[in-house]
Formats: sequence, C-alpha cells, structure tokens
Amino acid sequence: MITIAVALSIILLLVILYLLFRIQVLASIFKGSYRRDVGKSNKVNAILLLAFFIVMGGLFVWSFVAAKEDMILPLASAHGDELDSMFWLTMAVIGIVFVITHILLFVYSYKYQHQDGKRAYYYPHNNKIEIIWTVIPAVVMALLVFSGWKTWAKITSPAPAESVMVEVMGKQFNWMVRYPGNDNKLGLVKHTLINANNEFGIDYSDQNAQDDFMADPTAFRVPKGKPVLLKIRSRDVIHSVFLPHFRVKMDAVPGMPTTFWFIPTKTTAEMQTETGNPNFQYELACTEVCGRGHFAMKMIMVVEEPEDYDAWIAEQSKKTFVSQQAAPAAGEEQAVATNGAGSTEPAQ
Amino acid sequence: MSSTDISLHNDVHSGHDEHHDDHHDQSFIEKYIFSQDHKVIAKQFLFAGIFWAIIGGTLSSLFRMQLGFPEATFTFLEPLLGKWVEGGKLDPNFYLALVTMHGTIMVFFVLTAGLSGTFSNFLIPLQLGARDMASGFMNMLSFWFFFIASIIMFYSLFLETGPAAGGWTVYPPLSALPQAIPGSGAGMTLWLVSMAIFIVSQLLGGVNYITTVINLRTRGMSMAKMPLTIWAFFLTAVLGLLAFPVLFSAALLLIFDRSFGTSFFLSDIYVAGEALTHTGGSPILFQHLFWFLGHPEVYIVILPTFGIVSEVISTCARKPIFGYRAMIGSMLGIALLSFVVWAHHMFVSGMNPFLGSVFMFLTLIIAVPSAVKVFNWIATIWRGNINFTPAMLYSIAFVSLFISGGVTGIILGNSALDIQLHDTYFVVAHFHLVMGSAAFFGMFAGVYHWFPKMFGRMMDEKLGYVHFWITFICAYLIFMPMHYMGIAGFPRRYYTWTGFDTFSTFLDMNSFITIAAIVVFVGQFIFLFNFFYSIFRGRRATENPWKSNTLEWTTPVNPGHGNWPGPLPVVYRWPYDYSKPGAQEDFIPQNVPFSQTASSNLPHERDFE
Repeated sequence: MITIAVALSIILLLVILYLLFRIQVLASIFKGSYRRDVGKSNKVNAILLLAFFIVMGGLFVWSFVAAKEDMILPLASAHGDELDSMFWLTMAVIGIVFVITHILLFVYSYKYQHQDGKRAYYYPHNNKIEIIWTVIPAVVMALLVFSGWKTWAKITSPAPAESVMVEVMGKQFNWMVRYPGNDNKLGLVKHTLINANNEFGIDYSDQNAQDDFMADPTAFRVPKGKPVLLKIRSRDVIHSVFLPHFRVKMDAVPGMPTTFWFIPTKTTAEMQTETGNPNFQYELACTEVCGRGHFAMKMIMVVEEPEDYDAWIAEQSKKTFVSQQAAPAAGEEQAVATNGAGSTEPAQ
Repeated sequence: MSSTDISLHNDVHSGHDEHHDDHHDQSFIEKYIFSQDHKVIAKQFLFAGIFWAIIGGTLSSLFRMQLGFPEATFTFLEPLLGKWVEGGKLDPNFYLALVTMHGTIMVFFVLTAGLSGTFSNFLIPLQLGARDMASGFMNMLSFWFFFIASIIMFYSLFLETGPAAGGWTVYPPLSALPQAIPGSGAGMTLWLVSMAIFIVSQLLGGVNYITTVINLRTRGMSMAKMPLTIWAFFLTAVLGLLAFPVLFSAALLLIFDRSFGTSFFLSDIYVAGEALTHTGGSPILFQHLFWFLGHPEVYIVILPTFGIVSEVISTCARKPIFGYRAMIGSMLGIALLSFVVWAHHMFVSGMNPFLGSVFMFLTLIIAVPSAVKVFNWIATIWRGNINFTPAMLYSIAFVSLFISGGVTGIILGNSALDIQLHDTYFVVAHFHLVMGSAAFFGMFAGVYHWFPKMFGRMMDEKLGYVHFWITFICAYLIFMPMHYMGIAGFPRRYYTWTGFDTFSTFLDMNSFITIAAIVVFVGQFIFLFNFFYSIFRGRRATENPWKSNTLEWTTPVNPGHGNWPGPLPVVYRWPYDYSKPGAQEDFIPQNVPFSQTASSNLPHERDFE
C-alpha cells in the first residue's frame, strides 16, 4: 500500500515538473525571449557564479577549520614531523594558487558577462606573460621536488644496525607478527611449510628460527625512541601496512619482502594522556584491497618505554615457536613432505 | 564515393536529387545500426556512454549508501539485488564488486569510449572539412567491438559469483585467485575478455582518428590552423595507440596466470589452506604494466575535454583562445610526460626508492604545462563578452574543478607525502575532481554545445542551468570533504570504518557526502529528460547557433552523408578570430578569405588578401 502511495506521489511530482517545464517553454516563446542570443538568464548566471564562489568558499573555509581537529592525527614518529611540516607547507603553496586562480576565474566570469554593444578584447597571445607564468610554476615545482627528495631519501635510507627488527606478515584477513629473538635474526620461511600449526611457514631446521617467537594475535609491541625495522611480507595477496599515527605505509607483497623503518616517539600511555582518551591505541590498518575482510584487518601496536619493552621481550622469548610447537612437530614434517613439491627459495 | 556525387550534382534540379536518393537509399540497418557514417557512430558511442554512465552512477549510489549509513538496513534493495543484500546488509564482497565496476565502467566505458568515441568521431571530420573518417568500416568495427565488450562486461554484473571485485586496477594475486575473492572467478575472466575486446575497439578508433587528422584535412587546414579540439583528440588517439597495447599484454599475461598455470605475477602464495606451485613471478610487474597504460589513460580521459573546453570558452567569451600555440605545446608536453610518470602510483609498492625519486621529479614537471593551460583559460575569459550558455557554465566549472583536483596532485606526486596519503580518501578526492568530475563536466559542455549539430535541435537552456547548478554544487559537496577524511588517513575501498577507532570520526560527513551523491544522481535525470526530449521536440536549431568559427557550423542544420552538400570548404585562417577589431561581426569563420575582411586584417595578414 505504502509502495503504491510512494509511486503515485513520485509520478504526480514528475507530472507537475513536466507541466512546469512546458509552461516555462511556452512563456519563453510567448515573450520571444528564445529568439534573443543572450537573454536575462545570462545576468542571473553571472550573479550565481559569483555567489557560488562566495558561499562555497565560505563553506570550504568553515568546514576546513571545523574539521581540522579531526583531520590531523596525533603524530608519534620522528620522520613524521618532517612529513607533516612539508605537507602543510605544500598545502599552503597550493592553497595560494587555488585561491588566486579561483578569484580570477569567478570574478572575471562575473565582470566580463555579456553586455549589449560591447565587444571582447582581441588578445590572442603575449609571449612575455606566458614565459613568466611557465617559469614561476617550474621554479616552485623544482623547490618542492628538492625538499621532497631530501625527505624521501632520509625515510627510505637503510635502517640503522641497532634497529629493533619485527616481522609483519599479512594474510587474509589479519596480521601476524614475529620477533627474531635473541640472535636478532629471523628464521627462514617457506610458503610450502605453512599449515594450521605453522602459520608463518617457518623452516625449523634453520638455526636462526630456533629463538623466533610470535606476538599476541591482536597486538604487538615496540620500544619508544629506538629505530624499529618492519620486515613486511604477505603470504597470499597484496596487503599494505598502514600505521597512520607514525606516517608509515608499505605494501606487503607475496614473494617480495619489503621493509620500512621508523622511530616511535611517544608511548601508547603518553598518547593516551595527550589525547585525553584512556582507550587510545595505535592501530595498524590494511590499505591495499585484499578481499572481503579488507576493512577489518586491524592490529594494535603498543609502544612502550624501552625498559618495559625489554622486560616483555625477556618474558616472551621463552615462548619460542619451537617450544610452543614441540608437540605437533611430527605432523609438521608430514606437511613438509606433502607440500614439498612446490618448495621455493626462502623468502627471506 | 557518394560524397563526390553530392558535390558534383549539388546544383542540379530536384528531379536529379530524387534519382540520387534512390541510388543511395540505405536500409534502416545500414543507416542507423551498422552505419559507417562518423556522425551516426558518434551518436552510437554517446548513447552507449550515457547508458554506462547511468549504470556506473547507480553502482556508486549503492556503495555510497553503505558508506554514509553503515548501520542502516536496506531491505528495499532486496528484491533487486537478492542475496547481495541479505537482511538489508550489503555483502562486503558485493561492496568491493560495486567499487570495482564503478571504476572500470566510468574510466573505460564512459570517459574513454563515451567521450573520445563521441566527440572524436563527430568533430574530427566536421572540423577538418572531411567527408568522413579515413576508414568508415574500421570506425564501424570500433563501435561494434566496443558493443561486444559492453555486453560481456554487462553480463558479468549478473554472475552468481559477481563481477570482478579486486579494484579497477585488478592487481594480482587478488585478481588471479578465485580462492581469494569470489569476484576473481568468472567475473574476472569476463572482465579480462571484455577489456581485451575493448582495447581492440580503442585501437581501431585511434588509428582512424590519427589517419584522418593527418591525411584528410581540407585545403588550407594546416596543422597550425586546426581547432584545439582536433589537437586534443589527435594527441588522445596517439596516447591510446601507444598505451592500450601494454594493458593488452598485461591482461594477456594475467589470463595465462589465471587459466594456464604460468607465473608471471604470482609467487610464494599460500591461500585457502593450500600452497600454490607458482614461483618466481612478480606482482609489481603487473603494476608497472597496468600503470604504463593507467597513467596515460587519465590523460586519455582529460585531454579531449581540454580541447572541448578551450573551444567552448573561446566561442562563448567571444575572444580568441589565449596562447593558441602554448595550448598546443602544453598538450604535447602533457602527452609526452604522461608516459614517464606511471610509477607515482607505486611509491609504496615496494619498488626501489630510487625509482620513486625519479618519478616524483617527472610527475611534478607535469604540473607546469597543466598550470599554463589553466592560466590561458583564465586569460581567455579576461575582458571577454561572455555568453553563459550551459556549455560555457560547464566549461568554467571544468576549469575550477581541474584546478581544485589538480593542485592536490602536487602533494600526491611527492613520494614522501604520498606515504601517508596513498590509498586514502585524499587520492579518491583528487582523481574524482581532476579526472572524474572535470572530464564529466567537459563531456556535458560538449553535449550541450554540439547538440544542435548532432540532432538539429536545441536543448532547453533553463533545464540546462538547473542541471548545471545541481551538478556543480554537489560535485564540490561530495569531493571537498573527502580531502579531510584522506588527511585523517581513511583508507579507500573500506566497506566500513567503524572497526577502527582511528577512523571512527567523520560519520556525519560521510552521511552528508552520500546525500549529496544521491541528489546529484537524481539531478542527472534532468539532463536525460532534456536530452531525449530535445532530440524529438527541442526548438529547431540554426546552422550556427553559437556564432562559432569552426567548419562544422558551415554545414546544413542536419548534415547528411558527406557532411557538405557542395564542395568542401576551404580554410584561410585560424579558428579563433573572435571580436577582431574592424570586423563587421564579432566572429569570422575559418572559411572566410582575408580578401573579404580587409577592414579587420592585421598587418601580417595583408599578404594573404
């Protein structure tokens, strides 16, 4: 019943709109306005363009200011500082261009609307002006490129030797984190070794794998103030590690391990105080579409004071993969045998 | 052949004309379906483009409803979408299929085929003074290949496992593994087949456009006297011809990986409880191949509208386009550079950071010719005498959207800044403004402007204004706030953000965007009504309703087969002699010799008198 009522009212509305349209057409024929090249609506549109610029410009400024607090994520990494200031500097540069060009575009549109008896100014080109407005953007771009290069080179430089190494592995649809243990070396992995008891596909015959251990399924920890090297890989499709508060992003690519290193500058506890949110957590999100659960690939990264972190590590290193998996080790070897046909070079 | 006949017997009495008509009587099928007339093919592309735009727009409204109202249940969609909205909740796989197909349809089927197909076909022969395309038959094939590609892509929407769902960029391994997402099953197979056929269609069209521009210009129409539209279509066709084959190879290799067990893009994969035997492939290779097309592709989308907008602005401002040669130069520069910037889509893909530095440099250079174009458009408006036709309003709005979307490209092209913004809503906002909305606005400008020549009638101006203002306001209301979400890090292609505390802000803003998106979608029906109503009942057009200079306006109201009933027009001057001092009218068409305009000739033009 309601559907029919809705449908009827829509049809009625359309009929009314159509009638309005016809009346408008007939009125313009009656007035003869359709015979003029440039009618009254020209002036109306010129005013509307100017009004659009003022109203929408005002809305833009207002909404930008209002959203600014939500927009800017609190920052917790060393390189992020440089990125943020470069971002806002570039925003200022493009903001100036945006404002000037829009003022000219809309004000000229209004000012030079059609006037009877007037003729436009025949002005096909002016080499001097054209050279000037080619060179200025070129110089500005060059400056931006140079500052970008410097920062990019710094961020992508090799990680310091003393970095804390953490392996982040993406899979449909969660993240798993492995620590290298006391030797600070991650054991070899093979995708053919993966099974329900060995999600990472660790090759237990590798000496380096003996002291590797895993983080909680939902959270992993890193120390504050030390370089952290993320060894990123994927075991199925492409994922992407995104730590928004740390301005960190790097794809996790199957068959091609990637890395990203950064220095956390604030512990989770410090950030909880700073944001006034006692439940604040650093979240790791996936930013490369990876399937049904893409939107839910979340993991928490806890940043701790180095002492707390060391204590946690000492505790965790007892729970190595080897010790955890001692019992199902026999099943392990069987899996290796069955999947061995497609074995590949170690991914690491 | 027929065209020569027309020109020879033009002045013969009507009895002969009848004979002539009998001789060339075309069946309905020959005339309207398997037509080789460029004007009919252009309209076929236009209608197909409009059809696809409606589909693409509908898909976006669906996923915008999910994003704007993640808690709502859409039970009213169940009769239409069945199991994809079980219990009124959109299925996350369906959501991904929606965004994937929205992207594919809009980029390739609407803004490539619909845009170039319509305006290159319609305007190249008409503005060059040619009877038709170099090869009418290839031109016809181009449309029908596109039609087959369309049918296959459309059919894939109705598959039980759904259409392709790995994003319009179809990165493997996701797109290669049906175990990873249902859309990578039959849906992806059809996507690849459809795209392969689509590429054939584009190449057939492109070869034709290029050949026509090079060979079929009328007497006097040197390259330096061509309207900017033709330059734009010409360069677009060159880009397509060089870039699409690379996508073809990528698609082919992906088909091999999917169906024949090769490992071009796959390596070390364990999925759905099984270790695959693929080894040694590189997913990054696919990204390089894809974006080698993908980046020129965004210029394939935007270049034709550069031409259309330049033409419309000059005509409606009654002023020569400022810096004609600089406009051509900047288009050449953009076309050239568009081939060496592709890897800026891959700064955080894991490729060598050194490559990132090179591509940042090349990417930011492209801002220079783009800026020159914008300045030239503004300078053209300056001291003009502007007639705000709907086409002109769309062109001015195009410049605005192109600036707004373009400037953020300077941020995204910076590899360091891209780390935070890559694959966030900042990117979505950027490209929807600069190539999505802007290209659509250019297309609307073209339709409103050339409608009289296409159908011999005028579109209703008032409806055009209403349509314009709804579309322009909503375009900004939708995409401006997306920048804010992007700066806050909201990732793309998320079914919902509510699982993350970091991304739980901006709920109201998302609802707001959705409402604006639905308003603008409904607003397009004003255009549709205006378009179809005017084809049949619009006011009859005159030959040259906008008092324009280019050659298409010298044809009859309804140009027949062969375009000009008499001999082909001869060109004497550039196409932008508007408001020339001393001239009687404020426009001098290209086919008016200097000898007839002694009062307005400039010193260097006296020699041609």
